[in-house]
Amino acid sequence: METYTLIVLTLAATIRVATPLLLAAIAGMFSERSGVVDLGLEGKMLGAAFAAAAVSAATGSAWAGLGAGIAAAVLLALLLAFATVSQRGNQVVAAMAINIMVAGLGPTLALAWFNLGGQTPQLDGPGQRFTSLVWPWASTAAEHPFPGLLYAQLLSGHNLIVYAAAALVPASAWVLFRTRFGLRLRAVGENPHAVDTAGISVTGLRYQAILISGVLCGVAGTYLSTAASAGFTRDMTAGKGYLALAALIFGKWKPYPTLFACLLFAFTDALASRLQGVALPLVGVIPVQAILALPYVLTVLLLAGFVGKATAPAAIGVPYAKEK
Amino acid sequence: MSASAKLPRWAERGLLPLINLAAALILSGVVVKILGESPWAALKLLVSGALGTQEGIGYTLYYATNFIFTGLGVAVAYHAGLFNIGCEGQAYVGGLGSGLVALWLGDRAPLLVVLPVAIMAGAAFGAAWALIPAWLQARRGSHIVITTIMFNFIAASLMTYLLVNVLIKPGQQSPESREFGANAFLPAAHELFAKIGITFSPSPWNLAFAIALLAAALVWVLVWRTRWGYALRVAGQNQSAAVYAGISPSRIIIQAMLLSGALAGCLGLNELLGSQHRILIDFPSGAGFVGIAVALMGRNHPVGILVAAVLFGALAQGGSQLAFDLPKINRDMVVVIQGLVILFCGALENVFRTPLAKLWPGRLARSPQPSGGMPVPR
Repeated sequence: METYTLIVLTLAATIRVATPLLLAAIAGMFSERSGVVDLGLEGKMLGAAFAAAAVSAATGSAWAGLGAGIAAAVLLALLLAFATVSQRGNQVVAAMAINIMVAGLGPTLALAWFNLGGQTPQLDGPGQRFTSLVWPWASTAAEHPFPGLLYAQLLSGHNLIVYAAAALVPASAWVLFRTRFGLRLRAVGENPHAVDTAGISVTGLRYQAILISGVLCGVAGTYLSTAASAGFTRDMTAGKGYLALAALIFGKWKPYPTLFACLLFAFTDALASRLQGVALPLVGVIPVQAILALPYVLTVLLLAGFVGKATAPAAIGVPYAKEK
Repeated sequence: MSASAKLPRWAERGLLPLINLAAALILSGVVVKILGESPWAALKLLVSGALGTQEGIGYTLYYATNFIFTGLGVAVAYHAGLFNIGCEGQAYVGGLGSGLVALWLGDRAPLLVVLPVAIMAGAAFGAAWALIPAWLQARRGSHIVITTIMFNFIAASLMTYLLVNVLIKPGQQSPESREFGANAFLPAAHELFAKIGITFSPSPWNLAFAIALLAAALVWVLVWRTRWGYALRVAGQNQSAAVYAGISPSRIIIQAMLLSGALAGCLGLNELLGSQHRILIDFPSGAGFVGIAVALMGRNHPVGILVAAVLFGALAQGGSQLAFDLPKINRDMVVVIQGLVILFCGALENVFRTPLAKLWPGRLARSPQPSGGMPVPR
């Protein structure tokens, strides 16, 4: 029974860790499907995390924070789009520049505005955070291990953004594979010349894709600072943007496999904190670092073609120059 | 591979980087203004902090040494048409190699023995960390940008594990190794100057700076004055042409990445043997990423890289002075400026290149190529 409870709690933690990964990975799916490498997930999330925490601290409203988070990430996405689509700059360099700039800008602005050494104030007022929604009868159900505990821990007890992220998977699958916009988006990532010939604007489509990515990164960053924790701290994304990118690749740029990859990576994270210093039968103590490195190792193996094969959109990373 | 618009060489190598730098600095000034400080005062503090005193100059060149190593690393890979974001991890693991040698030989052998072995170990460990992404790119077509990012994280996990569980000095809380034996300390510049009768204020500026200069010279000879360097540049600019010329692009990819990792791996000489005298968590502290900015600004040429590295060294040192004197600014402001420089030099350079090119209409390229100055990483 003890083990069962532990497993359920680890799975609940998995869901919470997976949420920002999933949001960022789906964000990356839109821009990468349109042919723009999205290494900027990290920076857009971090910028959003800062803006959301700062505005929530100032206004006392988590919803205002969400708006600010989305606005900040969209602004960064616009900058990225201008550099890579309009100016045809290198996509990798532009994204790295934004990641580095935002890593400095958050703590810099936080120090100047809040004077707390590069953090935002602790969000502990009512309505400043997205708190867990407890579903009806959850506490009663939790007394019954099966299925009550599953209901209480896995279905109930998460905040709104978690449920929104879950709904995003079928929604993005529908948009990408069942709508005209999705078809064009995928086409522009595979063969922009063909799209251009058909009289559709490559630039317009890529801007739209990057903006969608910005909105979703905004939600992901807001989740980090106003739901998963209570305020912005330096480097609080801690590589989650890159991990989301790894999940996107691991999920072969498809919504449901990406969801699976996010859950898998989040599970390794949740497991790592559970297994800290615990001796397992047969293998003994597994170093936490080995478990934490697992998602990256798995992604490298996948990219190497040793575990399945990931085929990127054909035109990814190539700026499009309209023929004169 | 050429940029959208052609400029005369001096404008390409001198004027354009200066304009990009100026744009980044002006925008940084706007940020400083938003923070409620005077941009002009901040700039003066930055410059005087970095270059106003002997100590400031020493620190500037100490930081610059790290950036020369990583900048050269990024540049060599660039010439092969590869974008090595993994210099951070390669520097981290390379430093482990140098550090292990220093721990092992530091109290057994004289510096004349320790130093060459530490250089070789640093280069070998750094190269080894670049080998797997290189091999995967060359033989299996795995995107090197992604694999090197993944290897940065794997390196961080590996080093944390080693420092927390293996190398940690017994009975100590913070994850650091014991101090190296004194023979593994690289002499500081002020000590060397004192020997020839010049007094210079103490700073961590050390012998590794000279090694970095040698490395830059070596890279220049290798890339521009040897057969291998020619093959490297051909393969980087046009893979199919390289194949027709009898050059194997996949072999060049692996060799270039090994050299790139080896150069980044030498960072530990400066940071560990030269200054910290122990192995500690996250000692590259972002130098691998600054290397990208340095290579971009320096146009991937050793001379340009030296200039850009000193500039970024001055930024790092002047930035700490800024944080010390202006209460509303912390060291993170330097990171903002670094990001802006990368943005303008690497991604937004066409913003200024196109209008500049109009000044030399005869040189406008007939068919614009889409990749602004940088090859599209494969």
